[in-house]
Amino acid sequence: MCEPQKTDAMPLLQVKNLRTYFHTRNGVVRAVDDVSFEIEKGETLGIVGESGSGKSVTCYSLLGLIPQPPGRIESGEAIFDNTDLLKCSTAELNRIRGKRIAMIFQDPMTSLNPYMRIEDQLIEPLLIHEKTGRQRAVELGVQALKDVGIQDAAQRIRSYPHEFSGGMRQRVMIAMALITKPDLLIADEPTTALDVTVQAQIIELVKRMQAERGMAVIWISHDLGVVAGLCQRVNVMYAGRVVESGPTTSIYRSPKHPYNHALQKSIPALQPKGAELYTIAGMPPDLSKPVTGCAFMPRCEFAQDICRAPVELKKDGPGHATACTRAQRGEINL
Amino acid sequence: MFRFIAARLMQTVPVLFVVATLTFFMVRLVPGGPFDAERNVPPEIKRELEAYYGLDKPVFHQYLDYLGRLLHGDLGPSYKYANRSVNEMIAATFPVSLQLGGMALGLALIFGVTAGIIASLRPNSALDYTASSISMMGICLPTFVLGPLFILVFALNLRWVNASGWFDAADRILPAATLGIAYAASIARLTRGGMLEILNQDFIRTARAKGASSTRIILRHTLRGGLLPVVSYLGPAAAGILTGSFVIETIFQIPGLGRHFVTSAFNRDFTMVTGIVIFYAVLIVFFNLLVDIVQIWLNPKLKF
Repeated sequence: MCEPQKTDAMPLLQVKNLRTYFHTRNGVVRAVDDVSFEIEKGETLGIVGESGSGKSVTCYSLLGLIPQPPGRIESGEAIFDNTDLLKCSTAELNRIRGKRIAMIFQDPMTSLNPYMRIEDQLIEPLLIHEKTGRQRAVELGVQALKDVGIQDAAQRIRSYPHEFSGGMRQRVMIAMALITKPDLLIADEPTTALDVTVQAQIIELVKRMQAERGMAVIWISHDLGVVAGLCQRVNVMYAGRVVESGPTTSIYRSPKHPYNHALQKSIPALQPKGAELYTIAGMPPDLSKPVTGCAFMPRCEFAQDICRAPVELKKDGPGHATACTRAQRGEINL
Repeated sequence: MFRFIAARLMQTVPVLFVVATLTFFMVRLVPGGPFDAERNVPPEIKRELEAYYGLDKPVFHQYLDYLGRLLHGDLGPSYKYANRSVNEMIAATFPVSLQLGGMALGLALIFGVTAGIIASLRPNSALDYTASSISMMGICLPTFVLGPLFILVFALNLRWVNASGWFDAADRILPAATLGIAYAASIARLTRGGMLEILNQDFIRTARAKGASSTRIILRHTLRGGLLPVVSYLGPAAAGILTGSFVIETIFQIPGLGRHFVTSAFNRDFTMVTGIVIFYAVLIVFFNLLVDIVQIWLNPKLKF
């Protein structure tokens, strides 16, 4: 059951101590390990990190989209409009997902059902959540396609997904996600599978839709450039944990965590031409082995013995927090 | 669509020609002839018989005669049943096999698809293992074991139905169940596999993210793609099941086409064997065409 909790002036979504583990044959993989963050109404939050850092799993956990088993949400709460999403039954979640929280996915080529017409998939949220009559729903569907910039929407709505290009399909996904006017849109690397010009169009489209409708957006990406242009706040994730969180400008201009600092340094466009490309030495840790201290320690150029002690995300500026023991003690200045 | 079907029907002509030719010569390669088994036939009468059926002519001549009649849809006279043509024999026995096969196919689809879907909903659960092992048993148990077993239990011990025969509706139950179970088992496994394949696709996650209920996900998002393997299997399976099973028809003493096929081969009833093979080929071609049309209808990526 999801018990309503009476608190005023709550953020739109408040995630606390989320832990999602995968119980596999090779041990317990701590994909998301004690993640907390919040997002206000109408805000855009970026979640960045490399592959396997737990960005997507965090968001899938919120909407109950983790395959269970092997996945299991071990602890935490996610309060959305006085409801704890993590304690909702499937039926209760089904009233929220697709209606108040919508999601778009990484690969538009596989995220639409190839056996169904665009029409049937597009208007499905209306039929499920708003009990709209079919004819009215189709009218709204055509309008939604026009809104995301699809020409001849009235004809094209009758097509099947394979008759659309990748960019067009992602537009359809966005139209489908926004058709119920959700309060929160979770975008899981929606531009990763698209080429650069289409990427820019999709980003502009989401920006425009957000401005028109005032919804909040969680934008998951490993593309720091995309996030910088889109988000007000950014969470940097590493090995299933948030290592640094803050307003976009301070995340990019004055990184406090050595991992974030190293990420910024490895953006080729920001380095002088001809300079050798900076890379972070080593590999991300194996998440099936428990890590007590800082997970980035083996790769960190500032690492000392003290980094083996447990470290938590601590506030160190207006809206800014870092999970680095040495940065917290003021020992390193990046 | 019309052009697609017309083209496919045109392709059946050479197929049937090859089938007819091969069978015509192959049955004649087998030692013996249709009238060898009849004892005490004086040579002159045997010659008369052979002359009557045209068997005294050179084989190639016989072949041309046969093809000529085949063009008019005439499969020739039976050598074994005097005064009856192969067409008549098929017309008399096929409806029985069709009825048996139709019922078996219906049972197989209902139980197979249901069991497959149930198994796919909770993969690797106790329910899945139960459904999967029952269907594995169904595949492994041959009909000549299952049939007598059913007769023993339901006819001889419980006395619910007759042990054999083909007279009233109750006589249909045991043979249809025996024939259906083998196919139900295969259909269940194919359905489970097909459904699981689709349920693991990204677009099912999209449907869940839209708030679709499990029922909606199964019926609207999964079934259409998940049943494609079953449909491909049904083409050849349907032709086989509808033309009857020799084993089933023998066990239950059913006057169907399957039994005739085998007895006519033993009897060297050349025209009967060739005729039934051609008829069988026509059915297979027909069902494969039907399957292709259904697949095109199910899978929007395919076009006529």
